Amino acid sequence: MPGYYHPEHLAKFGAIAEGNKDLAEKFFDWYGAVFKEGALSEREKALIALAVAHAIQCPYCIDAYSKTCLEKGADLDQMTEAVHVAAAIRGGASLVHGVQMLEHVQKAGM
Amino acid sequence: MGAPIELAVLEEIASPEGGPKGTKSLQARGSSLAPPEAQLRVLNDVPLAYGDFDAALASCGWADFRPADLELLQINVGRLCNMTCRHCHVDAGPDRIAENMDRETMDLCLAALDKTAAHTVDITGGAPELNPNFRYLVDQCVARGKHVIDRCNLTILLVPRYADLPVWFAERGVEVVCSLPHCRKRNTDSQRGDGTFEKSIEALRRLNAAGYGHGDSRRRLTVMANPVGAFLVAPQAALEREWKAELARNHGITFDRLIALNNMPISRFLEWLIETGNLQEYMERLTNLFNPATVAGLMCRNTLSVSWDGTLHDCDFNQMLDIPVAPAGGRRPHIRDFDPDALQARRIQTRRHCFGCTAGAGSSCGGATA
Repeated sequence: MPGYYHPEHLAKFGAIAEGNKDLAEKFFDWYGAVFKEGALSEREKALIALAVAHAIQCPYCIDAYSKTCLEKGADLDQMTEAVHVAAAIRGGASLVHGVQMLEHVQKAGM
Repeated sequence: MGAPIELAVLEEIASPEGGPKGTKSLQARGSSLAPPEAQLRVLNDVPLAYGDFDAALASCGWADFRPADLELLQINVGRLCNMTCRHCHVDAGPDRIAENMDRETMDLCLAALDKTAAHTVDITGGAPELNPNFRYLVDQCVARGKHVIDRCNLTILLVPRYADLPVWFAERGVEVVCSLPHCRKRNTDSQRGDGTFEKSIEALRRLNAAGYGHGDSRRRLTVMANPVGAFLVAPQAALEREWKAELARNHGITFDRLIALNNMPISRFLEWLIETGNLQEYMERLTNLFNPATVAGLMCRNTLSVSWDGTLHDCDFNQMLDIPVAPAGGRRPHIRDFDPDALQARRIQTRRHCFGCTAGAGSSCGGATA
């Protein structure tokens, strides 16, 4: 199979049940329940999913949740802000490790 | 030929000040997609696994698809509009000067109304306010004790000669159902033309000032949301909650309720779907999300739709596709021959575009139906 990511795999996600139906059912049931309106609205959950999709750089999730965000009433302004949140957390996660680096320098240096 | 429109009105609405223009009408551009039969052909040619609407109805027990009690008479008084939104299913615009209902046809509508128990008259267009007999029709319906709905594009209320309408409506208890695709600027302007959002917000302020949107049932302000693009509309209840909060916070505006409608794959929205390569996927989405629970509440079951020339249709979308109600005796059904019993027994006319009303939570002139 040439390459690693294939857009048509998203629509075939359910096929993962072939190796273990019970676990797949548990996963998809749980997944569905997670995204139901609760203390957070469906739109808020879709925006969180979009941000996480960018943080973990999952192209399937980005395709899926770009569409879902629109269908839950989010717009480009909100979706862009969500992606910036992901980027800020990723950037911050790198940078905050700099404190560890700094302590090494402070301990080893004169 | 319909009711003549004053030249001054035409000049006023054709100007940029008269209203934002997102595009031009298919008709003005001489588009090959302008004729309804061309639109139906395009829809039928989309390869779909589940593209037979009647089969979808039959699969959930609606093989015999007939109306419930008639509750609404929807009168489309014309295709003239001060705006030219990119998704318009009417192909309305400032150039549509020929198709406007005359007084005689309105009187026929009123005579028909008197033969029914319909409680609501839903007046639409175009911008219905531009019809020279619009106020006559509203007054006649109000005098009959009917609930009257004006389907308003908001920006028309800023054109000076119509600026008194918020108060005029309030005095008559007319419900204003206004189009606002999104509660923020970017999406609203991209669909309806630059400057629409600010004008819409100003019009909403004026409606609020006239008593609309404060929970008074005689001054009901309904916001009608539709998606800006090739996707389904968001859940209605959630949108209402979010937009109420957002419009109040950012603009100090209140409204009473929100109805959410899908975009119908016809007319200018169909053109946009084709041009952007979205038609196939959109039709797949609509057909895959066919929801049997939406059927009972579809508008075609409790509404009759009259076109500017008096022809009778099951809904405004069928009207734009020139699909009249199933004819009695082979004649083109006209409001002058209005026969409530015969109409009650008709089969509702369906085509592929009907999937637009049955997808997801459903979509009708009154919003979600499931």
